[in-house]
Amino acid sequence: MKVLVAVKRVIDYNVKIRVKPDHSDVDLTNVKMAMNPFCEIAVEEAVRLKEAGVATEVVAVTVGPKAAQEQLRTALALGADRAVHVQTEAPVESLAAAKLLAKVVEEEQPQLTILGKQAIDSDNNQVGQMLAALTGRPQGTFASEVEVEGETLKVTREIDGGLQTVALQLPAIVTTDLRLNEPRYAKLPDIMKAKKKPLDTKTPEELGVVVASGLKLVSVEAPAERQGGVKVGSVDELVDKLKNEAKVIS
Amino acid sequence: MSILVLAEHHDGQLAETTAHVVAAAQAIGGDIDVLVAGENVGTVAEAAARLDGVSRVRVADAAVYAHQLAEPVSELLVALSGDYGHVLAAATTHGKNVLPRLAALKDVSQISEIIEVVDADTFKRPIYAGNAIATVQSEDALKVITVRSTAFDAVGATGTAGVEAVEAGIDNALSSFIDERLEQSDRPELGAAKVVISGGRGMGSGENFKLLDGIADKLGAAIGASRAAVDAGYVPNDMQVGQTGKIVAPELYIAVGISGAIQHLAGMKDSKVIVAINKDDEAPIFQVADYGLVGDLFEILPELESKL
Ligand SMILES: Cc1cc2nc3c(=O)[nH]c(=O)nc-3n(C[C@H](O)[C@H](O)[C@H](O)COP(=O)(O)OP(=O)(O)OC[C@H]3O[C@@H](n4cnc5c(N)ncnc54)[C@H](O)[C@@H]3O)c2cc1C
Ligand SMILES: Nc1ncnc2c1ncn2[C@@H]1O[C@H](COP(=O)(O)O)[C@@H](O)[C@H]1O
Repeated sequence: MKVLVAVKRVIDYNVKIRVKPDHSDVDLTNVKMAMNPFCEIAVEEAVRLKEAGVATEVVAVTVGPKAAQEQLRTALALGADRAVHVQTEAPVESLAAAKLLAKVVEEEQPQLTILGKQAIDSDNNQVGQMLAALTGRPQGTFASEVEVEGETLKVTREIDGGLQTVALQLPAIVTTDLRLNEPRYAKLPDIMKAKKKPLDTKTPEELGVVVASGLKLVSVEAPAERQGGVKVGSVDELVDKLKNEAKVIS
Repeated sequence: MSILVLAEHHDGQLAETTAHVVAAAQAIGGDIDVLVAGENVGTVAEAAARLDGVSRVRVADAAVYAHQLAEPVSELLVALSGDYGHVLAAATTHGKNVLPRLAALKDVSQISEIIEVVDADTFKRPIYAGNAIATVQSEDALKVITVRSTAFDAVGATGTAGVEAVEAGIDNALSSFIDERLEQSDRPELGAAKVVISGGRGMGSGENFKLLDGIADKLGAAIGASRAAVDAGYVPNDMQVGQTGKIVAPELYIAVGISGAIQHLAGMKDSKVIVAINKDDEAPIFQVADYGLVGDLFEILPELESKL
């Protein structure tokens, strides 16, 4: 079966962002960019399915600027067979990303599509569910385990109270949670080989999707800073402060 | 325009979080209906009808909604959404599972995890693990929104809304429920607790988490954890606090053996008072802690328990 994985180029998770002085957005000039961590988990899962003989082909897709090719090359180095780049320099909101990905799903007809549960820039947690809606497919969100059993997919989901297992009719959409797997690192020879793997470029126009959004970013502010507090010297002092100064315990 | 709030419930109990979402709906303004979708949810509907500010409770009681799977519940919401200008749910794993699906079916954007209502079209929400707050304005006819419960005080429960059944004839061939393994605990729920004590990798083992029990008992606290503690298998996933786990904002948050990565801070830095216990006096957690205690948690925790 064919597996499609969606990867997004985002700010590296270690970078602390700054808000632009004019409050129009966050400042991404010269910050380190990387593949969204949840997408790394998605690629890893697809590659493991291939190594297990369940998947026959792994196709990576991204929607984003020219530079997002780097993340596709990373996916190829990690074991994807080929890549599709929907290239646009315009900001792409979740619904538009889902519509573009739905077109790619229509063209590629994967049995399984794996996305991250959330992009760590917007923290939206939407695209997988939207893609499932647009393609009329079932969704297994926040997956910590997936298992293909013939025509169905068994997905264990991390939910607020614990774990839930559902059976989805294939073709299906899955989004990854942190404990689905531990992604590997790309090895140098694989990075070299990835440069020769096929990478197709398309535009939103070619796919017939308008990348406009009903959502306008009005402004971006830095959050209220917490005042750094004090260090206490002993447990007695801590208990005293909590009782008599902060008054949060009695 | 009216607002529809998707109720959250488990085991015949209305979840606390729904009262917070109703508060967000009140901030938007307009008639507020609550939808209860499930099977044998009469008592949930009654509880929802008592929430202040609710005009009407609509109940979809059928086997197809028994486990509130996203596929049928989003279809049901599509069927009802014509009556509303806003559909709201809590930014829980349930709300996050269902609402984006509804939004895409209605060809509108979804606004995730709002923390403030500026006006009926304009909302604030954290982005980049809470390191920036975006103000977004929606031009969509239907606004589909998830709400961060900790940012809105729960409404009271003195209301007397009417309860009506809805028939929607939805079926679901796409997905089915197999099972659920829920963690049982006598402690308060993490998201709602007044005091939370969390352990990190510094706890060293699942067994050592017992050191937090006595303190939690004395303080009536919920117990949380960092991702590292969950990944190491010390405690189950539903205890993770952070950007990609649960968001908490208790009166008192005690971080034990947690370094204070931005992804962890994203889930707890709105707590009123933060205490950090860590043996590394340069751990970033101390930058957000009101009271920091540098030392070995294995000595500090038993002493703290005895002195509370
Ligand atoms: C996409 C993504 C999402 C993430 N989401 C989350 C999330 O939601 N929540 C989350 O928590 N993390 C999240 N993380 C992980 C985060 O980056 C950190 O790795 C994690 O929070 C570290 O956990 P920790 O503080 O317990 O462990 P460490 O960073 O290893 O810190 C352990 C601390 O314990 C202290 N210590 C050790 N022994 C003792 C002792 N005997 N006494 C006192 N102190 C001691 C050490 O000094 C140290 O400061 C995410 C990461 C990514 C990439
Ligand atoms: N521009 C994009 N290109 C490819 N995949 C995307 C894009 N945006 C989001 N995704 C996928 O959807 C997941 C969730 O993103 P979001 O809903 O934006 O938080 C990501 O982890 C990706 O797998």
